[in-house]
Order: sequence, then structure tokens, then C-alpha cells
Amino acid sequence: MTPEWFIVLSALLFATGATGILIRRSPMVILLCLELMLNAGNLALVAFSRMVGNEEGQIFALIVMVVAACEVVVGLGLIVAIYRRRLPLNVDDLRELRG
Amino acid sequence: MSATTWAWLVLLLPLLGSIAIGLGYRVLPQKLAGVLGTLAIAGSFACGIGALLSLLGDDPHSRHHASSLWDYASVAGLDIKLGIFVDPLSVFMVLVVTGVSTLIHLYSYGYMQSDAGYHRFFSLLNFFVFSMLLLVLAGNFVLLIVGWAFVGFASYALISFWYRRETATRAGMKAFVINVVGDIGLVLAAFLIFRELGAFDYGEVFEKAPQVFATNEWTITAICLLLLVGAFAKSAQLPFHTWLADAMEGPTPVSSLIHAATMVTAGVYLIARTHVLFELSPTAADVAAFVGLATLLVAGTMALVMTDLKRAIAYSTMSQIGYMVMGVAIGAYSAGMFHLMTHAFFKALLFMAAGSIIAAMANNQDIDRMGGFGKAMRFTSITMLCAALALAAFPGTSGFFSKDEILAFAGERGGMYTAMMVLGYVGALLTAVYTFRLVFRILPGRPVAEAQELIDTGHVAHGELRNPVSGEPEDTDVGFPGPDHHVAEGSASMRVAMGVLAVLALVGGLVQIPGVVHVISDFLEPVFEESHLAHLHPSAGSEWLGLAVGGAISLLGIGIAYLFYVKQPDRPRQLEARLRPLHTLFVNRWYFDELIDVLVVRPALAIGRFANRVFERFVVDGLVTGTEGTVRGAGGVVRAVQSGFVRSYALLLIAGFAGLALYFLLTSS
Amino acid sequence: MEEALFFVSALGALGGAVGVIAMRNPFYSVLSLVVHLFSLASLFLLLTAAFVAAAQVVVYAGAVMVLYIFVVAYVGGGGESAWEPIPGQRFLAPLLGIALFVELSVAVLASGLRALGEEGPDVKAGFGDPAAIGTLLLEKFLLPFEAASILLLLAAVGAIVLAARRREEAA
Repeated sequence: MTPEWFIVLSALLFATGATGILIRRSPMVILLCLELMLNAGNLALVAFSRMVGNEEGQIFALIVMVVAACEVVVGLGLIVAIYRRRLPLNVDDLRELRG
Repeated sequence: MSATTWAWLVLLLPLLGSIAIGLGYRVLPQKLAGVLGTLAIAGSFACGIGALLSLLGDDPHSRHHASSLWDYASVAGLDIKLGIFVDPLSVFMVLVVTGVSTLIHLYSYGYMQSDAGYHRFFSLLNFFVFSMLLLVLAGNFVLLIVGWAFVGFASYALISFWYRRETATRAGMKAFVINVVGDIGLVLAAFLIFRELGAFDYGEVFEKAPQVFATNEWTITAICLLLLVGAFAKSAQLPFHTWLADAMEGPTPVSSLIHAATMVTAGVYLIARTHVLFELSPTAADVAAFVGLATLLVAGTMALVMTDLKRAIAYSTMSQIGYMVMGVAIGAYSAGMFHLMTHAFFKALLFMAAGSIIAAMANNQDIDRMGGFGKAMRFTSITMLCAALALAAFPGTSGFFSKDEILAFAGERGGMYTAMMVLGYVGALLTAVYTFRLVFRILPGRPVAEAQELIDTGHVAHGELRNPVSGEPEDTDVGFPGPDHHVAEGSASMRVAMGVLAVLALVGGLVQIPGVVHVISDFLEPVFEESHLAHLHPSAGSEWLGLAVGGAISLLGIGIAYLFYVKQPDRPRQLEARLRPLHTLFVNRWYFDELIDVLVVRPALAIGRFANRVFERFVVDGLVTGTEGTVRGAGGVVRAVQSGFVRSYALLLIAGFAGLALYFLLTSS
Repeated sequence: MEEALFFVSALGALGGAVGVIAMRNPFYSVLSLVVHLFSLASLFLLLTAAFVAAAQVVVYAGAVMVLYIFVVAYVGGGGESAWEPIPGQRFLAPLLGIALFVELSVAVLASGLRALGEEGPDVKAGFGDPAAIGTLLLEKFLLPFEAASILLLLAAVGAIVLAARRREEAA
């Protein structure tokens, strides 16, 4: 198995995640798509690590996992806060950034 | 102390006086302000004498000193210094200006006593003297222009001294605008001089000019004509003269100082100072001579029919300056300056006496309503008579010697200048007639009501405080003497000033008797020594012949006036009826005001209106509003991107990334 | 054998990903993601990254996804309406996804990396073991390791602050 396959798969997963962000409106699902993209990155890292021959890529992937976890935690906290304030959980309705 | 140090002091004292009085107007009591002002000028006169003595101590051929205080601009070939030039001509002018100014300040001390703007008056008068001295002592053309402009401003400030009077402010603006036209001429002349000769300094300019210019080359003629524009505007010669009559709106001491003795002679001084340039361009000099002659005659005719006392004297001033301009234009430099000096004496005195009489008339200036003041005001009438005799060139007076010297010189030059001489004598006749028309109207005869009141009670009549021209009430809070006017008989300072001038008017001419004494021409000779015209001395015999003719004409004129105004008072009216068109022309001042209105004022107003309605609205506003609209539109378009939809931002982000990746992929392959 | 495992896991991963973006109900999306994560873990195993695979299952699928499920249960979340307010979004999004995939693939495959087409070096046994990972974490990458722990702490504090009930709300 050459790393090519894994890299192509990773690119596909990444693109899928990006598309998901663009078309879904619930913040929950958008976070999930974000996870998809991060995992795609992880896959690429691990593949490269195998290709090069040392575990440094895997360490990188572990740290990415940590960061993803933190981000999920904060993001979910936000979602809970939004829900508590009875605002619509819809990214299109939260338009305060409008110029 | 050197002559230049004295000269700097001459400049400093009036300036200090002006500043001190101006800043301390709340603190200084009125009398002290007056004393301070007068002393400042008197001190300046004393320093002028110092400069004179210092100058006389020099060898006659090296009596010119330049002194510079500060290098104003020394860059790129320009070298402008704050420098003065002391030579017999400037010292002469300094003495005349400061001397007459001291006397006029003394006169104003009494005359302006009940005026609420006393401090402002003396501050401005001192400033005027400073500016005039700056003009006279300037050592380069730039400082000359500075002094010129300051004098114009001082004149404006003093003409509109009673600033709540609409007629006064309008007259001030008129004077200022015409002065500025002259300033433009002067500035352009300075530019041309710099371009051709590369210097502003008098010494350098007058040295280089004969080497650079051929006679009557168009550049030097242009320079001289532009200088003449400046001179004519300042000295109220045709066609820039319309402001002088209206300038009589100012208080009488102002008329006396500025518009008789000093400011209006600045043009004459300019031509005398730049005589080197004028001798290189005989065309321009001839133009000046013709204009002087024309003014002489036209102003004389206008003075003949004027019924306003001050305006009549103003036209007389214009006429006499025409003599001076003609004199210096044809090369009679010392004669012209001599006439300047004597004219200062008797014209200032004439104005002072007129002021006294107008005060007695409760500010009414109409000579048709005056009469019999010979009995009512002894001192004033005697001094007025002295001034009138000098003006009419009665044999023996100062005016006699000075005026006829100019005409003798004209005769000596020959050719067309003889015609000028003849016309000059005609002018002299007119002068005698109109001067004594005034005298015989005002002094002898049955006293009018105001005069009678003076005789009976010794008090000055109280008039209605109303502007006779526009009918609006006078504002005595800011200035304009209230019910109290001051006549010479009631004020010692006025009497002293007038007395001194009366003596000078009578005997001042004795310093320059042809063939006997020539103090003035000897003194001024070093200034004009390289001039080829100044050496044309008429012989003593022809000069005496000229004096005899002049004396005869003067007596003839006085006789005619006597006939018309004393013996047969109906004759003037009959003559007027027979020569009605001529009379109308003279009374309407040859329609110069109307001509300038049509030629200059109306087009200017039309241009202004066009600029306001069309250009400003469509072009300027259009540009500005258009730019604003465009920017706002563009901003609106850009703002549409900020929709608030996070997903569209994400779309743009990814689209951008995709685009960039594509670009890099393409360029790297 | 390897290829077969690869294809099965790849299908699982792709299916899970598509499920995430396509399901109406967010709960189903979460479950899809769990499937995806498990598939990814098997892929990691294929790449001899044993520890990472284990961490993926335990931490990611185990802890993080459970968190997600709790929040989805609390928040609820029905479907989203079909109408799309931003014009052109539904059309452009897939297009851009495809463009992204193509570009990334091309970028990597045509990049001229020598080792890409080969099997890869022979790795010794113990590659990807916890011991190896641990040694690296505590020796070479100590600083990132410590920084990551601080980051976790910050995230925890941040989440508590964000989600805490305010005084007024409780009343």
C-alpha cells in the first residue's frame, strides 16, 4: 500500500468536510464537519509519518487531536449558551456580523 | 552716530509710538496718547535732522549710504535684505514728512479731542508715518513695495476712520482697491527688474540698468510704465484719481496729512528715485509728463465748480501733484521736489483752516452756505489767506518760486515741452481763480448764521448729527465728534501748528531763489548727478522772466476771482448758464467715475455672478458631490459583501483558497 | 489482505463522512461521525500507528463524541428547512468541494515526492508503539506536550464559563 492512496482518501475526506460546512446550517453539524476536516488532516499526517519512517507525524496527529478536543469543548459550550438564551440555533439567523 | 543709525531711529520712533498707543488704549489717558503720538513724530524729525547733519558732513559725492538690518531672503539668486538707503533725496523726504506730520499731530491733538476714537486715531496716524518713512527710506524694491502697501492700508484705515458711516467705509474701500491696482503695477515692475537685472537693491539696479538696456527698449519702457501705474494710483493722477475726492470722508487731519502732504506725493518720489530708469525710456517719461499735464488741467476745471470745500481742495491737490509729476518726468527733479515741499506746507495749512471752518459750520462742508468768516474767525482766515496766496503762487510766497521753476525748466527743454509750459501757465491761472473763488466765498461778505453765532456768543454752532449725504444719523460712540467741534480760535495746539505752517508757506520759498540761493538743488544734486537732464539749468535771466510771467498770471487770476465773486456775484451764474454743457461736464467730474463703473466694475460684477451661479454650482460643486456620490456608491457595493451570513464568508474563503491553489499549481508545473 | 482492509475502512470513512453532511437529524450525523472515526482508527492501524489508533477510539470516539451526544440530547435540534437564503450556495458548495479535492490530489501526487509511489521504509517492530510515542513526547516534544496540557486546561475553564448559568437566569 503506497501512501498515495491514503493521501487521496484524506483529500477526499477533507473536501467532504468543507462542502458540509458550506451547506449545513446547524452549528452542531458544522462543528462535526470541522471534525471531519481535522481527521482528514490527521490521516495525512500519519500516512506521511509512515512514509518517512519516524513517529514524529504521529505526535503531530496526537496534538491535533488534543486541539480538536479543546475546540469541540468550547464550541459546544457556545452552542449550549446560545440555546439557553433561546436564540435560534441556525447560523443564518445569527447575523450580527452584518456590515 | 552715522547717518544710517539716525535713519533707523527715524523709522523706529513712529512704530513704537503706534504700538504703544495702540496696545495701551485702555490704560493711557487721552491727552497722554496725543502727546505720545506727537512726540514720537517730533523725535523722528529730530533724528532726521541728525541724519541730515551727518550726511552734510560727508563729501558731496559720497552722500549715499545703505544699511541692512537682516537678510530676508538669500536663495536662488534672490537677495532681499531689510535695508535702507540714506541719501539726500530720502533725507529730504524724511524731513518734509516728519516735519509736516509733527505739525499735523499737534493740530489733531486739539481737533480730535471730543472724538471717541482718539487713541485709534493717533495709533493709526503714527503707523502711517512709519509706513511713509519706510517707503521713502527703503533701499530695495521689495521694501519699497512693503512700505507702499502699508501706506495704502493706513490710508484705508484712516479714510474709514468713522467706520459706522457708510459713505466713509465705501470711500475707504474704493481708495484701497485703486491703490491695489497700483500695487500690482509696482510688483510687476519689480518682477521685470529682477528678471532683467537680477537684483532688487537700488544701488545695483541703477548701476546695471544703463549697461543692460538700450534707450527705449520695450522692456525698460514696460518697467517704467508699470512703475507709472503704481505712481499714478498712489498720487491720484488720471485715470486712477477717482478715489481722492471720496477720501475726504476721513477726518480733516487725515486729509491734510495723507492726501495733501505725504502719501499722494509718494508717486512723485518714486519717479524721482527711479529717474535712471525713466531716462532710459524717454517714451515712458513723456507719458508721465502728459498724464501730469492732463491731470493738472482736468483737476483744475473740476475744482472750479466744486461746492464741497474739502473736495475742492482735494482736486487742487490732484492738480498740484500733476505739476510735480510733470516736473520730475521732464527732468526737473529738484524743482519737482521743491514744489513737493512747498505744497506740503500750504496744502496742509489749507486743509487745517478748512477743518476749522467746517467745525464752525457744525460739520457742514457746502461753501454755498458759508460766508463772512473773515470777521468771525480772525486767526483761521489769516492762515487760510496765507495758504491761498502760496497756492495761487502770489509773488514772494513759496508756491511762487517752486511752481514757476518747473515751468521754466520745461521751457528750457524746448520743443513740445514749451507747449507744456504754456499749458502749465494756463493751469496756474486756473489755480489762482479757483483758490480765490473759495477764499472770496468763505471769508468776506455777510456772516451766515453759524458765523454770526460765533461773533455774538463765541461758541461754535451745534448742528444736527446727520450725514449730509446719506441722511443717516452719525454714530458718536465709535468716533465722530459729538456736539463739540473744535475751531482753531479755541485750541492752542491747533493755532501753533497752523501758525508755523503759515510762516513756512510764506517764506519757505526763499531757499531757492534763482540766481541767488539754491539750497535745495545744491543739496539734491549728488542724487541726480549722472542724469543728463538735470544739468539743463535755465539761465537766471529766463528763470526770472518765468517768475515774472507767473506772478502776473497769479495776480490776473486773483483779479478774475475778485471780479466774479466779490464785485459782480451774478457773473458766475450767467457764465454757467451760457456754458451749461461745459459746466455739467466739470461738475460730473468729467464722468470718470461712470466710465470706470462701466469699463471695470460692471464686468467684474458680471464675472463674479457667473462664477457663483454657473461655475461654482456645476463645476466645483458637481465635482465634489460627484466624487462623494461615486465613493458612496462604491462603498455600497462593497458593503453588500458583508451580509452577516457566516456560510457565505466560508464560501468565499474556500473559493479563494481554491483559486490560489490553482494558481500555484499552474505556475509550478 | 491489506488492500481489502484498506478498501473496507475507506468505504466506512467515506460513508460516515457523507452521512455526517447529508443526514437531517443532527443525532444521526453524530452517529455517522462515530462510524467514520472507527474506520479511521483501522486505517491508522494499517499505517502501524497503534497508539494513535487507540487514542482515536478512546479519546475521540469515546470521549468527544459522547460529549457531542450529550449536547445534542440537551439541545435537541430538528431538521433544517429546505429553503436556502444565500443564493448560489447550494450550487457552488459541491463544486468547490470537488475543485478542492482535485487540487489537493494533484498537488500531492504531482509534487515529485520520491517516496510517494513506494512502499515506504521497513520499520522496526515497535514503530508506533506507546513506548516510542511516550519517549518522543517526553524527550523531543516536551514543550508541545506541556503546551497541549495547558490548552486543555484553558478549554475546560472556557467551557465552564461559557455554559455556566448566570444569576439572573436561575431566578
